[in-house]
Amino acid sequence: MEMNQQKPIIEVKGLTFEYRSHDEADLIALKEVTLNVSKGEHLVVIGHNGSGKSTLAKHLNALLLPTAGTVLVAGMDTKKQELLWEIRQTAGMVFQNPDNQIVATIVEEDVAFGPENLGIDPAEIGIRVTNALHRVDMSDYRHKAPHLLSGGQKQRIAIAGVIAMKPACIIFDEPTAMLDPSGRREVVNAIRNLNREEGITVIHITHFMEEAVEAHRVVVMEDGQLVMQGTPREVFARVDELKALGLDVPQMTDLAAELRSEGIDLPEDVLTVEEMVNHLCQLKSKN
Amino acid sequence: MLKDITIGQHYPTGSLIHRLDPRTKIIGTFVFMAGLFMIRDFKAYLVVMALLLMVITGSKVPLRYVLKGLRPLMVLIMVTFFINLFMTRGTVFFQLGPVNMTWEGLRQGVFMALRLIFLIMGTSMLTLTTSPITLTDGIEHLLNPLKRVGVPAHELAMMMTIALRFIPTLLEETDKIMKAQMARGADFESGNLIHRAQSLVPLLVPLFISSFRRADDLAMAMEARCYRGGENRTRMKALKWQQADAAGLVLMSAFMGIMLWLRWY
Repeated sequence: MEMNQQKPIIEVKGLTFEYRSHDEADLIALKEVTLNVSKGEHLVVIGHNGSGKSTLAKHLNALLLPTAGTVLVAGMDTKKQELLWEIRQTAGMVFQNPDNQIVATIVEEDVAFGPENLGIDPAEIGIRVTNALHRVDMSDYRHKAPHLLSGGQKQRIAIAGVIAMKPACIIFDEPTAMLDPSGRREVVNAIRNLNREEGITVIHITHFMEEAVEAHRVVVMEDGQLVMQGTPREVFARVDELKALGLDVPQMTDLAAELRSEGIDLPEDVLTVEEMVNHLCQLKSKN
Repeated sequence: MLKDITIGQHYPTGSLIHRLDPRTKIIGTFVFMAGLFMIRDFKAYLVVMALLLMVITGSKVPLRYVLKGLRPLMVLIMVTFFINLFMTRGTVFFQLGPVNMTWEGLRQGVFMALRLIFLIMGTSMLTLTTSPITLTDGIEHLLNPLKRVGVPAHELAMMMTIALRFIPTLLEETDKIMKAQMARGADFESGNLIHRAQSLVPLLVPLFISSFRRADDLAMAMEARCYRGGENRTRMKALKWQQADAAGLVLMSAFMGIMLWLRWY
């Protein structure tokens, strides 16, 4: 693939991170994690609570700094204080709670917050805000107050706020965890469009397996380490291993595994309802 | 129910006065207040009333709506009136036991009550015609020259913006916690004052904890979006001084001139 020929946009080498605490032993959140993300890639990181996935995300735009190892964002070392703002502009971040990341009382003001911090010319900010709101399909809400919007809409505003900074890469730290199913769909669609149409590198952290299906690559974390990686098809085919880690697989993959254990001849890597329908129809026509 | 509270009572109509630069309106309001406190006799109130009516008509905010703003302060106005009525020495026109009413008291009472009424109406025009966010912007710009003597103008404005942003969120959360506690048998409504204050503890503790968590999250989100204080920061909507603003300031200067003239001659 073309995207693999370029230098990776994010390089994580031997990253170890310990949370220091006074009363307990230090907690090692990440152990020797090594991971490269290519330009234009759509990477999904899964793992259950406490597996270190959020801690990893916070290293990718220097909100946390490694205890050992290095993190390079577009070739910039996150440990270099003087590169901090350039790194954060390159790697934007969307957080879990939509309420706690919106700063202003009017949608357009909030989207403008990032570019304003970068000291961009007012006329240019206006253009960026218009474009960013258009990208997430929220142009009609430009002058609304954020607290009147739904969770999915708020989260799309947060995404627009990051897009307006023109990042090469966006890290999504469980952006759908607090949303209802329809809000989740809106946000997942927005993320996919950013990757497919704008070519923005996406690192999406989630514990909803369905959201991993469309990724280019899936990484599974457990206890501060990367334990599996591959295409969604490769990863989800390992149903038993995933379940041993306390993780789910997409519903259809699960169903396929159940059916196979009943002796029905289905492949291991069924991911979507459509694929399931195809395989079942093929079976039927064979018989 | 708690969500219905509106802060600042902005009444958008898109009129010329709404579109004025917030700095003009803030300065204008201060001039108005200063002028009001210079007044010594009733005829100056005619000028004040004329100005107020002009501004209210120009802003297209219904007069009734402006007058409604007086209601919560009616008690204060009444108390002011009666204290002046009973406490001023002069020619007694009514006496009942130890209570004296004097002509001078009546004049003074009406005078002070009118001053209060005009003060409230005048200042409420500022919030009625200016959205909180623009108002904050105006305050930041006006405080900017004071940065050199250490006034944190940008930080104050940012704090106000965040406070305004989180008022509805926190009200919603209070509502939610209250209902959750009520569902488990908490009683917020009966008992005496001390009892009721005590029953607020299970409401305030979770509210405080969640506010701190929110503050932490927000700080992180702001940092991730490259926030580093007011240095080198630009604004999408730069405040623009227009002809109407100059006209507004001329009008307010004229008002001040008349007030001064009426006081000294």
